[in-house]
Amino acid sequence: MSQQIPLHAAHERAGASFTDFAGFDMPLRYDSDLVEHKAVRTTAGMFDLSHMAEITVTGSQAAAFLDYALSNRLSALEDHQAKYSLLLTESGGVVDDLIVYRLGETEFLIVANAANRQPALEALKARAAGFEVAVTDSSEQWALIAVQGPQAKTILEHSGIEIPAGLDELRYYRITPGKFHTDTVWIARTGYTGEDGYEIFIPSHGAEALWNELEATGAGHGMILCGLACRDTLRLEAGMPLYGHELGLDIAPAQAGLGRVVVAEKERFVGKEALALGSEGKRVLVGLVAEGKRAPRAGYAVLTSAGALVGEVTSGALSPTLGYPIAMAFVEADYAAAESELMVDVRGSHLRVTVHQLPFYQRKKAVS
Amino acid sequence: MSVPENLLYTKDHEWISLEGDVATVGITQYAADALGDVVFVALPAVGDTVSMGAIVGEVESTKSVGEIFAPVAGEVMEANDSVVDAPDTVNSDPYGAGWLMKVRFTTAPEGMDAAAYQALIGD
Repeated sequence: MSQQIPLHAAHERAGASFTDFAGFDMPLRYDSDLVEHKAVRTTAGMFDLSHMAEITVTGSQAAAFLDYALSNRLSALEDHQAKYSLLLTESGGVVDDLIVYRLGETEFLIVANAANRQPALEALKARAAGFEVAVTDSSEQWALIAVQGPQAKTILEHSGIEIPAGLDELRYYRITPGKFHTDTVWIARTGYTGEDGYEIFIPSHGAEALWNELEATGAGHGMILCGLACRDTLRLEAGMPLYGHELGLDIAPAQAGLGRVVVAEKERFVGKEALALGSEGKRVLVGLVAEGKRAPRAGYAVLTSAGALVGEVTSGALSPTLGYPIAMAFVEADYAAAESELMVDVRGSHLRVTVHQLPFYQRKKAVS
Repeated sequence: MSVPENLLYTKDHEWISLEGDVATVGITQYAADALGDVVFVALPAVGDTVSMGAIVGEVESTKSVGEIFAPVAGEVMEANDSVVDAPDTVNSDPYGAGWLMKVRFTTAPEGMDAAAYQALIGD
């Protein structure tokens, strides 16, 4: 039985098709994935991300605890700054990838993947021993709404959200408090689409009023409602990893191109010893592009032109923006150089692919 | 979701329209909706001999891949090239312009009627 999110009734009224995602009944699409994808790239799209897990870390040693529990240096964050981080296993694999927001000196908000809510929570709680810190699951408390795309800023400016610090001051990977009606909300300039945009945390009981307000305001700026189907193709074009595909317990950060998210010089953190051994000889994540319309899909074999097995596809689709097939795959390091010519076994026929540096798509930056 | 009365249906969510010894085949609205936006269609070649239940083509969306099964044994008389050029026709008009192939058969196919198919998809 799928768990219902606070906005379920609103999605039903909007005609969404639903899918079970990590035990949550989530909107897959409202009408057309391609139209929704394009809206995010050209105008704006609004997503309900209330399935995502929120974990609150409070206490005088919160920053020191996070430096120990996670892969990078969260103590370097300033107030209202965010950092992408990894929760590693002792053996250097990835329990989850997270965004950590510093709300205050002794208060951090962590957003974890819905599917990893329990493992992430358990790992953090176990690692909290010995620190003056409290780790709390606040997922039920928060709904999360994302507005993404070139028009996102204009839409938020015209919405009824009061932002005392002003939206102009809110830079990428920053978060600021605001008010919507009587609710305290947090507005973060983060996302998972490759576009400029915002993610808004609002207490669950206020979610529907904010959703309706943003929908009405956004409609005047070309914004439409977007489901998880286009979220996946958007993040794939942007070369962003998805846990369970490009990240997992058996994958070291460096293999997935996330070496920069690990601060190996830290005195101690979970996974340090294992990662110090390196991941040489292991497969690495690459982008693949092909001609035509047939996309490599997760699980398909990657071969050399001579037919030797050298990797496996983790995600793939016909890119809605680019019009040709794109994919991510783990391949043997010898074949990972850009422009390497490989093949993918697409249900029995061999598709010629070329290794392409990630991301596939990068927006033209006009914002700070 | 409305299911046209005058067609036969398979458990693989294909529809069949019979005219003499020729079956026109497509996928149902239900199947098209489940796939999402169709972006690629591969069809058998005209003249191919197909056996019943054989995989003869593919309908691919951004999210997933669906196989086209031959719901009847026979010879492929026509493949709908306009769907190959404009795969979204499968979503917009699955029972009309989105047809996939015409097969000449010797033994008429069996299938569900509209009511049975409607029951299958739970509407």
